[in-house]
Amino acid sequence: MDPDAPVSEPAGGDLVYRHRWPTRVWHWLNALTVFVLLMSGFMIFNAHPRLYWGEYGANADTPWLQIGGDRERGHVVIGPLDIPTTGVLGHWYDSNGNLQNRAFPNWATIPGHYDLAGARSWHFLFAWLLFIPGLLFWMVSFVNRHIQRDLAPKKDELRPRHLWQDIKNHARLRFPTGAGARDYNILQKLSYLGVIFLLLPLMVLTGLTMSPGMNAAWPWLLELFGGRQSARSIHFIVAMLLLGFIVVHLVMVVLAGPINEIRSMITGRYRLPKEKQP
Amino acid sequence: MTGKINRRGALLTLGAGTGGLLLGGCDRIGRSAAFQTLQSGAQDFTMRMQRLVTDRSALAPEFRPADMSPVFRTNGNVMPRSPEYAAHLASGFAYWRLVVDGLVRRPLALSLAQLRRLPARTQITRHDCVEGWSAIGKWTGLQLKLLLEGAGLRPEARFIVFHCADDFRGVPYYESIDLVDAFHPQTILAWGMNDRMLPVGHGAPLRLRLERQLGYKHAKFVMRVEAVASLEAIGRGKGGYWEDAAGYQWYAGI
Repeated sequence: MDPDAPVSEPAGGDLVYRHRWPTRVWHWLNALTVFVLLMSGFMIFNAHPRLYWGEYGANADTPWLQIGGDRERGHVVIGPLDIPTTGVLGHWYDSNGNLQNRAFPNWATIPGHYDLAGARSWHFLFAWLLFIPGLLFWMVSFVNRHIQRDLAPKKDELRPRHLWQDIKNHARLRFPTGAGARDYNILQKLSYLGVIFLLLPLMVLTGLTMSPGMNAAWPWLLELFGGRQSARSIHFIVAMLLLGFIVVHLVMVVLAGPINEIRSMITGRYRLPKEKQP
Repeated sequence: MTGKINRRGALLTLGAGTGGLLLGGCDRIGRSAAFQTLQSGAQDFTMRMQRLVTDRSALAPEFRPADMSPVFRTNGNVMPRSPEYAAHLASGFAYWRLVVDGLVRRPLALSLAQLRRLPARTQITRHDCVEGWSAIGKWTGLQLKLLLEGAGLRPEARFIVFHCADDFRGVPYYESIDLVDAFHPQTILAWGMNDRMLPVGHGAPLRLRLERQLGYKHAKFVMRVEAVASLEAIGRGKGGYWEDAAGYQWYAGI
C-alpha cells in the first residue's frame, strides 16, 4: 500500500471501526440492566395494576389505565378503551396450571412469582446500574465527541424532504450501503438521542419522584411531573416507549444483518454492506 | 430466502432460550446469599445517598384541604384480634396506656387523654403504599420528639421501635426507625385523622406518621414505644414485621 496515496472513502465490504469501547460496554450493560428494570418493574406494577393522574390515586379513585381480569378473560382498560388480553395480561396460567389474574404473567417478571419486596430489591439495585454508567456515558461521549460527531443531526438531515426520504427507506427496508452505511441515518440519530437524552432521564426523574424521601428534599420534582401518581404513570408510559424502542431496535438488527451488527457492537468493527450492483 | 428465515428462526429460538435461562436464573440468583448481600448493600447505599444529597430535616410536602383524597382506603390489619384490644375499644381506650420504655431515663405510661393534652401538630400529607397507591389525608397528633424528650433518651439509644396491638399469623406487628426520623418535626403519633378521632381501620388509638417513608413503616395500633441500641433482638433482626417476614426494605424512603 502506498502511504502517499490519498485516503479513499471506505467502500462496501470494508471493515470499519464503528463503535468505541464506551458505547459497546454501555450497550451490553444496558441490555442487561434495562431488561431487569423492565421485568422487576412489571412485578412492582402487579402490586397495584392501576395508574392515575395527579398527586393521589387509590382503589376508590378513577384510574386512566388498569390491567385485570376474571375467570373468563383478561383486559387492559384505558379510559373508554377495553382491550382484550386474555392469555397474556390479567388472565394467564402459572407453571402449575392455575389461572392467575395479576397484570403481568410470571414469565415477564423478576422474580418469576409474586414478590413485591424482591422486585423492589432488584429494581433499586439495577437503577444504580442504569444511572451511574449512564451519567458516565454522557460525560465520556461529550468529551470524546461521540454525541457531537455521530449523534447530533446535521442541518440538512433535518430537512423534511430528507426525513421523509429516510422514513420511506426504512418502510421499504432499504438500508444504506457502502460509505453511506458508516454513519447513523437520521432516524437512528433521533431515536438514539431520544432514548439517551429524553427517555432515560425521564425514567430516572419520574422514579425519583415516586420516592417519598426525595419528595421532601426535592419537592420541585412533584411540580415538574404534576404529582406522584402522575410520575408513576409517566414512568410506566416511558418504560413502554423504551420497550417499543427495544423491539424496533432488535427487528432492525435482524433485518440489517444480525451477525455483522452484533459483531460490531462486540468488537467495534462493522463490515459496510456491499453496494447493490446495477 | 428460506435460508434467511431459518437463520432468523434460529436466532429467535436462541433469544427465547436465553430469555428462559435468564428468567430461571434470576430467581436462583435472587435467592443466593451473595446476591442478597449485594442487594442489602445497594439499599444501604441508596439511603446514604438520599441522606447525602438531601436535607435531613426537609419536610414532606403538605397539602391544602382541597387536595385531600375523597376516600382514604384502609389496608393491612383493620381490626386487631386480641381480646385486650377489644376491651380497650369497648371502653373507648379509657384504660389504655402508651408505654414508653427501653433505653430511656424516665419510662412513661400515658393515657390517650394525656397524649391529647400535649401540643399537637396537624399535617395534610400524602400516604404512599409500597404497592403504589397514594392517598392524601389530614393527621393530628403529638410529635414523637416531645415524647422522647419527655422520657429522656439514653445516649446509647439509636432506634425507636413501635410495638402494636395487631398481628399477622400470631406475630404482633412491629416497626422501627432511626433517630434522624424519630426527631423529624413531621414524625407524629397521630390520634386524629381528617378532623375526627383516628378510626379503628386506620390504627386507633394511635398510629405513627412517618411522612418521608412508605406506608408499612407507619405502625398502627401503637401500644409501646421502645428505645433500643440495636435492632438485632427485635423480631428476626431486620427491624420490622414486613422486613422480617417478606424481605421488605427497612429504609422505605424510596
